Amino acid sequence: MTTSPLAAYQPDQRALALIGGEATDANLRRYLHGIPGIDAVGLEARAADLGTRSIKTSSKRWAIDTIIGLIDLTTLEGSDTPGKVRSLVSKALLPDPHDPGCPRVAAVCVYGDMVGAAVTALGSAHAAGGTEGVNVAAVATAFPSGRASLAVKLADVRDAVAAGADEIDMVIDRGAFLAGRFGQVYDEIVAVKEACRRTDGSLAHLKVILETGELNTYDNVRRASWLAILAGGDFIKTSTGKVAPAATLPVTLSMLEVVRDWHRLTDVRIGVKPAGGIRTSKDAIKYLVTVAETVGEEWLTPHLFRFGASSLLNDVLLQRQKMTTGHYSGPDYVTID
Amino acid sequence: MKFLDYAPAPESKALLNLRSDYGLFINGDFTAGRGTPFATINPATEQQIAMIATANEADVDAAVSAARHAYDGVWSRLSGSDRGKYLFRIARLVQERARELAVAETLDNGKPIKETRDVDIPLVAAWFFYYAGWADKLDHAGAGPNPASLGVAAQVIPWNFPLMMLAWKIAPALAAGNTVVLKPAETTSLTALLFAEILQQADLPTGVVNIITGDGQTGQALVNHPGINKVAFTGSTAVGRAIARSVAGTDKKLSLELGGKGANIVFDDAPIDQAVEGIVRGIFFNQGHVCCAGSRLLVQESIHDDVIDRLKSRMQTLRLGDPLDKNTDIGAINSAEQLARIRELSHLGQQEGAERWSADCVIPENGFWFAPTIFTNVSTSHRIARDEIFGPVLSVLTFRTPAEAIAKANNTPYGLSAGIWSDKGSRILAVADKLRAGVIWANTFNQFDPSSPFGGYKESGYGREGGRHGLAAYLKPAVRSGSRSIDAAPIQSTTPVTKKSASAKKAAK
Repeated sequence: MTTSPLAAYQPDQRALALIGGEATDANLRRYLHGIPGIDAVGLEARAADLGTRSIKTSSKRWAIDTIIGLIDLTTLEGSDTPGKVRSLVSKALLPDPHDPGCPRVAAVCVYGDMVGAAVTALGSAHAAGGTEGVNVAAVATAFPSGRASLAVKLADVRDAVAAGADEIDMVIDRGAFLAGRFGQVYDEIVAVKEACRRTDGSLAHLKVILETGELNTYDNVRRASWLAILAGGDFIKTSTGKVAPAATLPVTLSMLEVVRDWHRLTDVRIGVKPAGGIRTSKDAIKYLVTVAETVGEEWLTPHLFRFGASSLLNDVLLQRQKMTTGHYSGPDYVTID
Repeated sequence: MKFLDYAPAPESKALLNLRSDYGLFINGDFTAGRGTPFATINPATEQQIAMIATANEADVDAAVSAARHAYDGVWSRLSGSDRGKYLFRIARLVQERARELAVAETLDNGKPIKETRDVDIPLVAAWFFYYAGWADKLDHAGAGPNPASLGVAAQVIPWNFPLMMLAWKIAPALAAGNTVVLKPAETTSLTALLFAEILQQADLPTGVVNIITGDGQTGQALVNHPGINKVAFTGSTAVGRAIARSVAGTDKKLSLELGGKGANIVFDDAPIDQAVEGIVRGIFFNQGHVCCAGSRLLVQESIHDDVIDRLKSRMQTLRLGDPLDKNTDIGAINSAEQLARIRELSHLGQQEGAERWSADCVIPENGFWFAPTIFTNVSTSHRIARDEIFGPVLSVLTFRTPAEAIAKANNTPYGLSAGIWSDKGSRILAVADKLRAGVIWANTFNQFDPSSPFGGYKESGYGREGGRHGLAAYLKPAVRSGSRSIDAAPIQSTTPVTKKSASAKKAAK
């Protein structure tokens, strides 16, 4: 593919060039509504078709290890404590105590006030945005509802970044989006991105949660995906995990199609994170297939694809043990966290 | 490793229990044919699967007599609900043996297991279930109260969906009270013969369905036989014409489902990713061996380049190879003869100046294969825009306005299918109204359902299969007093017992 002329622009300028003016509600509406629609039946049929791929033997082994390395191991409970987070971090570093060769997960994902505990627990294994070790992701911006003033949301983000978060998982204002105030959603993402700036000028990685279960239609998901990418999100993420339905394969497929189109347009690669509801290896493998056949398998790296999950890891570990030993074990052969 | 080089995932052949040779299924039993037997081969490997009998004229005569005898003696006297019971039983047996039938169909036809498993065989069962339900409701079939069956139906089917075409033919014929002599295509007789075993298992009264194998001559002898009342044919327009000629002047009822050159029309407001999927499904499903394939893509000029870019990258993910592998999307071409025709027409397309592009795929050494191919810069005057290729070859044309799209779509001697892709419902309805095609899909393609009638305009044939309309091909209005109508004189409503039914029933369990 030839290099896109848009690739030469600075990210913020690129968005304005695409929208054809300032990021006002009217300009954004014109742009987002000019994107081809989605036929729900066709999208779901395609996702179901991808779900029938049969991944066996060596491919399955590769898939299992890849899935582990793509997990954002998550605890987002009101009852979280530093002790719980320490335990989660241990699991992230050594998912299978019987097999030191088992890959580590990509990151741990916690509430902002637990970032410090996670960083401390990781110690020298803290990847700090790199690829060696485990990163710390924090949900922010009045997660999960996002119903707070911008000042509060930004303070939430700055707090987490200051505590050492490498990645910020923000939520968009779904109310504003559904009311057609696209400019407001855009501006908030831009502001949050700026709040991700550390004292040394570098930026924490920004994942934008669309909460697709509240957006309801695939057309909305597609528009919100474009909006989040235009505004500078590094990742688009389906859900908080607090609203049903969370991640589904068709929703993720539709987001991957946006990411693919953005890459065609600008040569820039955006990440995708389905979160919530993916509990089995079998399901996770369907996502790998969908990624590989939609955007290409180069997307199957922690930099460009993540699973937001907690219980998925243990199912994958059980499958991994089965592939190694030839026997199925049980839930008591993996650690609870 | 490359993840996308998925490790082999072959479906097992273990549950398939094939014989080395098959006879003709006449009057409930397999008998040797009097013609010269021939081999049926696996088009993916060119290896022989089994020997198949050839029916000569005497065999055809025997089959027609058996069907007549069964019609007069049993089937036409059975109540609708009893006929329905047999059809339900057949449907359930098809479901029970679905995996086996899927593997056999894939071996014999070359189509991918994913399609036989997920499309062909489930639809076979669905067709029998659907028409089973109609058997005792014929008063509502549209032929007036108490309609009559026709008698013996001669049915000749093609090789592209062997067992599915069998179901499309046999299910409505039996539901309406007719008996059947069916001839499968020469290259794909296997599943019809397995189906004959299912009929034995279902304890269907002998002679109600007879399956005779052979080449075109067998088919000719069958449709020309004076003892039949109905001819149903699916296949090429040339053969359909010959049949129409030979049936002319007789009182045989005829329905023909022939070729097509379906237009798949993509408007600039279409849901583009789904339209690309629909284009792929329209022409590459079943290697393009589909009479209703969307073989002409009519795309609005303003989005032509974008659609073609997307289509090409999607085509690069199609996996061609071992049809038994569960990840195979494109299987083998059914026969050397068909492959030669696809090659010839594609060559012609290039000569005429159209731009050819094929997906990169490794072509296996043995067997018959053709990489998914599209032609751009095609004009309406090109042969590849007019002739049915019946292979994985798409001709891309453009249009500027809805009126031009309609004119181009209709500018073909065929009229079987069309597709419309647009987000605007009113446009879909307005365009569909003006297309001369029997089946029009909106924002989808190649979807089949037993409740939906299927059939063509112009050179694509006449008569409808599927739905209530499909029954009309096998019914006539009530016969006036003195003659027998099918529900007028039901014999005992219990299943008639043939000699071997007791043991057959045991086998069914």
